[in-house]
Amino acid sequence: MKQMKLFLRRALVGAFWIGVWWAIAFFVGLPKLLPGPKETALAFARLCQTAEFWRSVGFTLLRVALGYGFAVAAGVLLAAGCHWIRGVETLLSPLRTVIRATPVSSFILLVWLWLKRAHVPVFISFLMVLPIIWTAAQEALDAVDGDLREMARMYRFSRWKKIRYLYIPSVRPAFMAACMTGLGFAWKSGIAAEVIALTPDSVGKHLSDAKNYLEYPDLFAWTLTVILLSMALEAGLKALARKRKGVDK
Amino acid sequence: MIRLSHVRVQYPDKTVFDDLSLTLPDSGAVALMAPSGYGKTTLLRVLAGLKPIDAGELSGLENKKISFLFQEDRLLPWVSAQKNVELVSDANTAKHWLNQMEIPDGNQLPREMSGGMQRRVALARAMAFGGDVLLLDEPFKGLDEALRARIAGRIKGKFPLILLSVHDAQEAELMGARIVRLDELPSD
Repeated sequence: MKQMKLFLRRALVGAFWIGVWWAIAFFVGLPKLLPGPKETALAFARLCQTAEFWRSVGFTLLRVALGYGFAVAAGVLLAAGCHWIRGVETLLSPLRTVIRATPVSSFILLVWLWLKRAHVPVFISFLMVLPIIWTAAQEALDAVDGDLREMARMYRFSRWKKIRYLYIPSVRPAFMAACMTGLGFAWKSGIAAEVIALTPDSVGKHLSDAKNYLEYPDLFAWTLTVILLSMALEAGLKALARKRKGVDK
Repeated sequence: MIRLSHVRVQYPDKTVFDDLSLTLPDSGAVALMAPSGYGKTTLLRVLAGLKPIDAGELSGLENKKISFLFQEDRLLPWVSAQKNVELVSDANTAKHWLNQMEIPDGNQLPREMSGGMQRRVALARAMAFGGDVLLLDEPFKGLDEALRARIAGRIKGKFPLILLSVHDAQEAELMGARIVRLDELPSD
């Protein structure tokens, strides 16, 4: 019953904003430049029937997932290195500051010269997610309860036991939150990289083409695709996090 | 014998022991008593090897396996009581000591238990770890009188040497422990 109410509330909010969109498009009256929900839905349905659409979506997902996966793995390793090995933090922290401070478009334009067009989104997703995971994981490691660490030492926990039963559960909440934030960044920056690098077989390339040919219903439909996939990915990650919760008990 | 001679222990803002000399037996039970803030916990931490001494000598604990019940329970909050104890021993030993500590449901998480139950899980863990020396920092905190007596009876004699810090002589008596008053030690 509670879930039903929540679903209804969300559906009503969604319907309200679609109504606002429809009203604006109706008053502007230029469906080629500002398509309404109907034109967008039609364009979306048309795109869904093409193999090109699914190939582009598949490759974009793969590129973003690769960049994201590498970033999560590298972020954890760097966080562990900075936490446990003295000097690593001093050596590498300027790199993290530079990555965080540099605009994503600068990186895209830079690596565009050095990498294949298909690899640019992978690298950009990686670069945008890396400092998020790295910082969150390192801060969480630094904050692991000193009393529990002492307890583990006193009771002679093996290294594996410490990692499995002390460090991973301590770090997990902050790490999962960072993974969630990072996923949004990976997705948006990966697609931005595809748009600028004109990566073949990509959602970004189709977005760019739709803009260049003034196919605004298609532009809206591709954008809708990006939003839907982003929501699906986030929901998937949340479900995974929920599933992992409490498995130790 | 465990000997501490002319030991100085200090924290950045406080000197806890300036010139402590003390001899403790190799076996039996000894209860450390002193007013609050006198350094009972610090002394147990020194004996456990968790707090290094700043001067003096400590001998008699080399190569000994020490089990320590901390002043705080220090249970891992994300695993069950059973798992908390199992992590320092094995499933059967954990079960045995949880039973001895009158914890009927080892599947509960620490946060689902009362303070007294959490204390007993911590005690079960210290017992299950085993070793030559058992250090107990206020072991009966949060336990009622009848439970204290039953638990003390099950701990007594299970380690060659048991050192505990207590607040009243009755707790020492329950453990059959000789009382050492830190505030009444003769100065050299």
